[in-house]
Amino acid sequence: MSLSIKHLLGLEGVSREDITLILDTAVSFKEILSREIPKVPTLRGKTVVNLFYENSTRTRISFELAEKRLSADSVNFSSSTSSVKKGETLRDTIRNIEAMNIDMVVVRHAAAGVPLFLTKCVDAAIINAGDGMHEHPTQALLDMMSLREKFGSLEGLKVAIVGDITHGRVATSNIFGLLTMGAQVMVCGPKTLIPRDIEKLGVQVTYNVNEAIEWADALNVLRIQLERQDAGLFPSIREYHTEFGITRERLERAKKDITIMHPGPINRGVELDSDVADSEHSLILQQVTNGVAVRMAVLLLLSGVEASV
Amino acid sequence: MSEKATKLLLRGGKILNPTTGEQTPADLVVVNGKIDKIGVIATSEFQGKIIEVPGQLILPGLIDMHVHLREPGREDQETITSGCAAAMAGGLTEICAMPDTDPACDKQEVVRFVKKRAEQELVNVHPIAALTKKRAGAELTEMAELQRAGAVAFSDDEGPVVNSAVMRRALEYAGMYNLPIIAHCEDLHLSAKGQINESIVSTRLGLMPIPGAAEEVMIARDIALARLTDGRIHFAHISTRRSVELIRSAKQEGLKITCEVTPYHLFLTDEAMTTFDTNLKINPPLRQPDDRDALLEGLIDGTIDALVSDHSPYSIEEKDVEFAEAPFGMIGLETLLPLVNTHLVKKGTIPLEKAISLLSIGPRKVLNLDIPVIKEGAAANLTVFDPSCSFTVEIDKFYSKSNNTAFAGQTLTGQATCVINRSLYWMSDAEKKK
Repeated sequence: MSLSIKHLLGLEGVSREDITLILDTAVSFKEILSREIPKVPTLRGKTVVNLFYENSTRTRISFELAEKRLSADSVNFSSSTSSVKKGETLRDTIRNIEAMNIDMVVVRHAAAGVPLFLTKCVDAAIINAGDGMHEHPTQALLDMMSLREKFGSLEGLKVAIVGDITHGRVATSNIFGLLTMGAQVMVCGPKTLIPRDIEKLGVQVTYNVNEAIEWADALNVLRIQLERQDAGLFPSIREYHTEFGITRERLERAKKDITIMHPGPINRGVELDSDVADSEHSLILQQVTNGVAVRMAVLLLLSGVEASV
Repeated sequence: MSEKATKLLLRGGKILNPTTGEQTPADLVVVNGKIDKIGVIATSEFQGKIIEVPGQLILPGLIDMHVHLREPGREDQETITSGCAAAMAGGLTEICAMPDTDPACDKQEVVRFVKKRAEQELVNVHPIAALTKKRAGAELTEMAELQRAGAVAFSDDEGPVVNSAVMRRALEYAGMYNLPIIAHCEDLHLSAKGQINESIVSTRLGLMPIPGAAEEVMIARDIALARLTDGRIHFAHISTRRSVELIRSAKQEGLKITCEVTPYHLFLTDEAMTTFDTNLKINPPLRQPDDRDALLEGLIDGTIDALVSDHSPYSIEEKDVEFAEAPFGMIGLETLLPLVNTHLVKKGTIPLEKAISLLSIGPRKVLNLDIPVIKEGAAANLTVFDPSCSFTVEIDKFYSKSNNTAFAGQTLTGQATCVINRSLYWMSDAEKKK
């Protein structure tokens, strides 16, 4: 079995078969991760570059760990300044790195479209670890893996994504992936943080978090960044919490068990209350574990290495 | 590039009248920069340069009223000489140079410099002077002096005049000289860090959006100011349905309003942005199909006065970067006429004569420039156009110093083969080989 895509730039347009293959492969890797020696030689001799132009701790560690678990050689390049400010173009940077014989590039960048741009510069397989407000496909895949684990299937599942939808690449990738897999999606947040025409993607929109809770089987709660308040997109953190915060009280009112996810890092007491984040309905730590498994699956499937897990 | 000929015969062409659409087969003789004779001319009787143009159309010389020439300041991107060469190759005999140079064209010395540099060129270069000093939006430029030096309009193009009171005074002052103000309409708070049009496409691609309203609120404001001052406003590169509607109704009201559109906004939509091609990153951005349709309606019903390229040269180093870092703009002098012919005329949206009118008569009316007529005794200002020849856009054949076009490798139909202005003529390489 192999993927029909050469790169993972996003989940828009990725087929159900490809997503299923990634998730199935990730399940096998998850089993490996629970072994005493959680490491396989599958990608021995392959070199992966983690190219991080934007601060990231958990995604970078998750990818690095996935690479090590697969016995790939990995190197890290971090820079928080854009290539324009640095003086060297992105094209030069990536071609220099490729000249050192690399097989795959994991890239995070503040500008949307950079992973696609890199595919035009080099032959290596490109994996998008988050590009601007565009996509963050491995995050959505690990979210879907966690949901599938819990519910058995994504078909017909109702997932509400709550928070900053505009600036959230996690939301976009989840929407594309979940809809492809047959789930239903609702987005919820202040109107100032929901992008134009998003309903045309096939999702429902609500500005009332109680309505989202009422409707959903699972909530994917996104981080609210303080700088959005500074930009005038909502009046205060306190009001955000009052209007959109996921609290135990709100969940209890719904009289059903609702699964809670969060891509991290959590602003406890802002978008998500501590007792909800740490409750038995929370999948937050499973998400982190699944993240490594999903990234191992993506790395293997795009490496061109024939291996049965 | 261009050559001089005191006597020149265009043989075998058809003269197009852009007002009536009538095509008249005739030979045409130019002597000392004037059309000397139109009719059947035997080559044996003619002493001078003979250009065979069998079946090709002879048009009044075309004009692009929205061009960024970059000189002075960014001669690495374009110079007045290279820009004029590109214009000739695109079939244009006149262009208007936007004032966003470095220094800005805000003093008569800069206007004179541009005119001086273009003196020997076949292409007439008409400077558009800045509306405010240093294009900073605060103090009016010396409009009377600028006009006397040769400025044909005033604009702070590439940016709006933010302060409504300044815009009001500018309209009143420029009105004394009956010169138009060219308005780049953009509410900078609404467009902010926007990259592409705000729609489902910006949502999908995660690119910061520029709402159509950023343009529309400024058009509405400027229409109110035109009403207040009785001033003349020409709206640069309009892009949305509501802009067309606002302008249509202002024109019906009798206000002195005109506007222009680029061909890109007439046949492309923001769906094209899914390739993240920085060459398609233009300002205003490509909009939705409904906006494009409204612009086409405006073109057909006469709301739109001119077609322009908004020629904006950038180096490859500036454009071959992350989408968010790339500057807005695309070159267009050499593709304006072919794009209009391929995407508007050949597809039957507007007849050829209408397209030619929007590239010759319309813009000159906006700017009070002489409209070339093809008759004996008139000054020679002519474009020869082969509407049926197909060619591939090759960036290494551009005369422009920059090659930031989104149309490289595409096949277009219709190309200028020859331009004549005064006693100067230019022929395309293909034409020379014949």
